[in-house]
Amino acid sequence: MKTVLTVLRKDLLLELRGFETLPAMILFSIVTFVIFHFGLNQDTIDGQLAAGVLTVTLLFAAMLGINRLFVAEREQGGFDAFLLAPVDRSALLVAKATALFLFLVVLEVIAVPAFGLLLLGPSLGHALPGLIAVLALGDVALAVIGTLVSAIAVQTRARDLIGPIIGLPLLLPALIGMARGAGPLLAAHGSSSPPGRWVAILALYDVVFALLSYAVFDFLLED
Amino acid sequence: MLRDVSLQVPAGSTLAVLGRNGAGKSTLLRILATLLRPHAGDVLVFGEALPRRGFAVRGRLGLLAHDPLLYRDLSGRENLSYHARLQGVGPERVEEVLEVVGMRERADEPVRLLSRGLVQRLAVCRTVLHAPSLLLLDEPLANLDPAATELVGPLIGRDSGATRVLTSHDPPAALAEADIVLGLEDGRAAFVTSPDKVDPVAVRRLYA
Repeated sequence: MKTVLTVLRKDLLLELRGFETLPAMILFSIVTFVIFHFGLNQDTIDGQLAAGVLTVTLLFAAMLGINRLFVAEREQGGFDAFLLAPVDRSALLVAKATALFLFLVVLEVIAVPAFGLLLLGPSLGHALPGLIAVLALGDVALAVIGTLVSAIAVQTRARDLIGPIIGLPLLLPALIGMARGAGPLLAAHGSSSPPGRWVAILALYDVVFALLSYAVFDFLLED
Repeated sequence: MLRDVSLQVPAGSTLAVLGRNGAGKSTLLRILATLLRPHAGDVLVFGEALPRRGFAVRGRLGLLAHDPLLYRDLSGRENLSYHARLQGVGPERVEEVLEVVGMRERADEPVRLLSRGLVQRLAVCRTVLHAPSLLLLDEPLANLDPAATELVGPLIGRDSGATRVLTSHDPPAALAEADIVLGLEDGRAAFVTSPDKVDPVAVRRLYA
């Protein structure tokens, strides 16, 4: 746990100093909402369409963060320094996934209200608790798979391509779960709680892929 | 690629590895540091077989590579504190090594703003934070002026008391430091001998 906190603290400090990843993710989301606003030629959207737009936007914003997740480790020797230390290597997975999860939470704190203002027809108020639950489960999926994929991609020359090519198919079940879980919440006069079936699928996905990532991460760090 | 390299380095002694660029010097250091997995052969560090027992030696070795392994956007002190926590070393050790290399006053500047010589001093600090018993030094004095070379001496020189494996493109300086000399030519051991028995012609041939 101490190693996880050490690496996480360093990653957050690097983001605060460089201020590169989060602003890019936030700006991308807001610009995408504006593009959807004009592209769909609708003042407001709701229901499943709104959930789809929100999920896709958050996914591609997350890809920006995923592509940057291990860049400092690769370019500035962070991998080697970490591998030389007498620590559990899985701590790097947990720390990086936690950092990405926190980036996604900050992104959503800004992007979801912006979505409500720019595109969403129904008020967010009644849907918010359910939406937070769905997004949190989705964020865990994005963080775990994103960290795994980023650790693979950063070892290759075509890292900007490898991330989406491997990550998107792996994330498909979680993305469907996010969109289907959020759809009824964003409908006019919609439900205030997400469908239990999709919440369960998301939670199961998170547990399975978290365990799988934990099991294989050590091997990804081998040169 | 390394082939037919076989030698033992007694505890407390210094092995100097000579050879031109691409001869395999850095590869040898990375294998000893557990960062590269050898495809064949036996590598034992502190009697532990690598890479299988790598976890048993990691906290006991320090690698000073071409790359300083420091984050450019963090200050020297922040970088060393990070490494100290990873190595399980207290913050007082950070101040201690910064003092030795004369970097306490400039330790709060971002690494990206420091000269290469100052970054190399910080890299030396990072390498010795946990007082390793084995020092793997890849051209350790690169970018250091004579005064800085003298400052880092107690940490990575013979007086450090550690077993050392060092590479250098300066054969006379390396021979002066060494107890054993390994000449590498295209990944193969051209010679393994004591410094007083090194044939100057063989050394010149390594760099031809």
